[in-house]
Amino acid sequence: MSSENGKRLLETDAGGLNFEATELTLGLPGEPRVTSDGGAKLGSKRGFSETVDLKLGDNNREVKLGHSLQEAAKSPVSKTQVVGWPPVRGFAKRGKKSCKYVKVAVDGAPYLRKVDLEIYNSYQQLLTSLEDMFSCFTIRNYLNEKKIEQVNGIEYMPTYEDKDGDWMLVGDVPWQMFVESCKRLRLMKSSEAVGLGLTTGPKYSSTN
Amino acid sequence: MNYFPDEVLEHVFDFITSHKDRNSVSLVCKSWYKIERCSRQRVFIGNCYSISPERLIARFPGLKSLTLKGKPHFADFNLVPHDWGGFVYPWIKALAKSRIGLEELRLKRMVVSDESLELLSKSFVNFKSLVLVSCEGFTTDGLAAIAANCRFLRELDLQENEVDDHRGHWLSCFPESCTSLISLNFACLRGEVNLGALERLVSRSPNLKSLRLNRAVPLDTLQKLLMRAPQLVDLGIGSYVHDPFSEVYNKLKIAIQRCKSIRSLSGFLEVAPHCMSAIYPICGNLTFLNLSYAPGLHGNKLMKLIQHCRKLQRLWILDCIGDKGLGVVALTCKELQELRVFPSDPFGAGNAAVTEEGLVLVSAGCPKLNSLLYFCQQMTNAALITVAKNCPNFIRFRLCILDPIKPDPVTNQPLDEGFGAIVQSCKGLKRLSLSGLLTDQVFLYIGMYAEQLEMLSIAFAADSDKGMLYVLNGCKKLRKLEIRDCPFGDAALLEDVGKYETMRSLWMSSCEVTLGGCKSVAEKMPSLNVEIIDECEQMEFNLVDKQKVDKMYLYRTLVGHRKDAPEYVLIL
Repeated sequence: MSSENGKRLLETDAGGLNFEATELTLGLPGEPRVTSDGGAKLGSKRGFSETVDLKLGDNNREVKLGHSLQEAAKSPVSKTQVVGWPPVRGFAKRGKKSCKYVKVAVDGAPYLRKVDLEIYNSYQQLLTSLEDMFSCFTIRNYLNEKKIEQVNGIEYMPTYEDKDGDWMLVGDVPWQMFVESCKRLRLMKSSEAVGLGLTTGPKYSSTN
Repeated sequence: MNYFPDEVLEHVFDFITSHKDRNSVSLVCKSWYKIERCSRQRVFIGNCYSISPERLIARFPGLKSLTLKGKPHFADFNLVPHDWGGFVYPWIKALAKSRIGLEELRLKRMVVSDESLELLSKSFVNFKSLVLVSCEGFTTDGLAAIAANCRFLRELDLQENEVDDHRGHWLSCFPESCTSLISLNFACLRGEVNLGALERLVSRSPNLKSLRLNRAVPLDTLQKLLMRAPQLVDLGIGSYVHDPFSEVYNKLKIAIQRCKSIRSLSGFLEVAPHCMSAIYPICGNLTFLNLSYAPGLHGNKLMKLIQHCRKLQRLWILDCIGDKGLGVVALTCKELQELRVFPSDPFGAGNAAVTEEGLVLVSAGCPKLNSLLYFCQQMTNAALITVAKNCPNFIRFRLCILDPIKPDPVTNQPLDEGFGAIVQSCKGLKRLSLSGLLTDQVFLYIGMYAEQLEMLSIAFAADSDKGMLYVLNGCKKLRKLEIRDCPFGDAALLEDVGKYETMRSLWMSSCEVTLGGCKSVAEKMPSLNVEIIDECEQMEFNLVDKQKVDKMYLYRTLVGHRKDAPEYVLIL
């Protein structure tokens, strides 16, 4: 029974699961458990997906859990391992900051990118990541109040569209508030912003 | 035999309010039955299919308050198809035709249409209170009808419902003359609300004690509402995002300080953690705090908030509080009776932040703990044994280990002994939910010790029919049994079919029971409805007795087969 697939259950689409990967076997109490690394892994925190690696002595259970997991494979909800587990009502609403993907447009780039704002904890992290993503451009590091070496002579100002539809300069509000209200990002050519007369930097520094 | 005139008995019965007691009173003799039924005002029906509206009306002409429950509990976890049943319309229609002066309607897990709400709003002049919990099928148009037509409305309480939000101005439908509101909860609505209408409504409701807002109500509106309603006892905050340096925030601080009566706080559906200090002044009085919808609140900010809450009796929280955070709870909240820890990341691989350690800390620090719902990464027998020793007063003990068949990670043993300790120590235990690796042994313990147990939830447990038999034989007060993914088959199901008549219901899904077994139960017990729920319609092509049944729900009833079941429900 393939065990490598077990760990990837969470990431793959439901359609990609084969039956073997979802077959579950359990050992009777006292029987040594064989995990994917070949040794008994005691005390480690494991997600449910890893239980596919356990071997069962009792055939009944194999059928039972296999059935539920087989159903899960058919289910369109790819991330759910088994329907109705864990038994939480409205988990989708409670859930940990559901990832917040926003589009990032860069003036002059032929296509847009998307970033998940939830994975960053500060403006600095976000901007660094954007710089990596659009490595051929230089994003004006407004927050540190110093000019970055202009690689190709073009500077960009990070702006975003908020819930009200207004275009704002990135960095004025606390990070969390920004994450809540940001709908999309646009790296605007600094030359376009010249007329805006922005003399003071944003309130929130990169250390926030 | 009556030594007193009826009026005297009626007056005595007035003091008997619990449903159980009134039911007992009605069994004493014919005369008591008659007096009781004519004077009864509040009726609770735990399964809407166990009785009909006509019989309800015939027996209790003085009915003022009705509570109805529809779908089985596992419907909360998507195990029951949406249109399975639980429609309230026939009840409202029948009551409307009768002379019943309905004043209060409380529904749980029922399908409520806008049509029902409209009929309700127009049929009962003195209608005062509508409470909908985990219901679905209605839109804000239905709410508009309630607002517009119920002239003496005191309570509109919507908890965790699936509402189609038409962004209509339902709040504006409360007439100017409506000044009787005591409780308004619309936290589960997802759409925008007319903020002006809300402010005016709160202004003209001097008796408003409970107000729970939805996400669309921003901080500045909250501030205005609190200024107008400093008498609030229960507050649910919608959006709590603002700049801590702003004027509005300062005003909010002042407004909150005026609210000296707030004992219950919930919501924070959208939260900026650095604004929490405004809440500190009221924390000291809180008895109930619900932060289970606020994933943005964790770490030190959360700790600081909890440290202010010394009088807390009930705490609902997300597991991002962590074991350490639970340690802070244990040190601070000495009056704690109920703790619910929900998963913030149910499908995350091992990112959940509480383990057995947090639970042990709370059990040691909070001796009054009697009700628990705990989603955790792992649990040990040793921890459960310690918890059982520290807190013998559990009435509700619901443990959910996110990996449902996980053994004790330290000893690699099943959790039989741990749960065994719980049932043995907690003699008043009424509700139990199990998880983790469990064999038949735990059920032996449950059957032996859980004498007061009324509701039991089992998933992915046991080795054989013996498990189910121990429970059915041992738990004399069992009312609801729900089982999923266990190796229980016909032998267990058929051992004592008479038992099911003493219970409200039995749910079994993904077990080993067959169509033949279920048919057998139905044949032997005409007082039960045995439903086979077969969404995939496999049964249509394969009506063989040997076929395993995917979902079976059986319940006692006085009115036979229901007529409103969808095609894929087969009632045997």
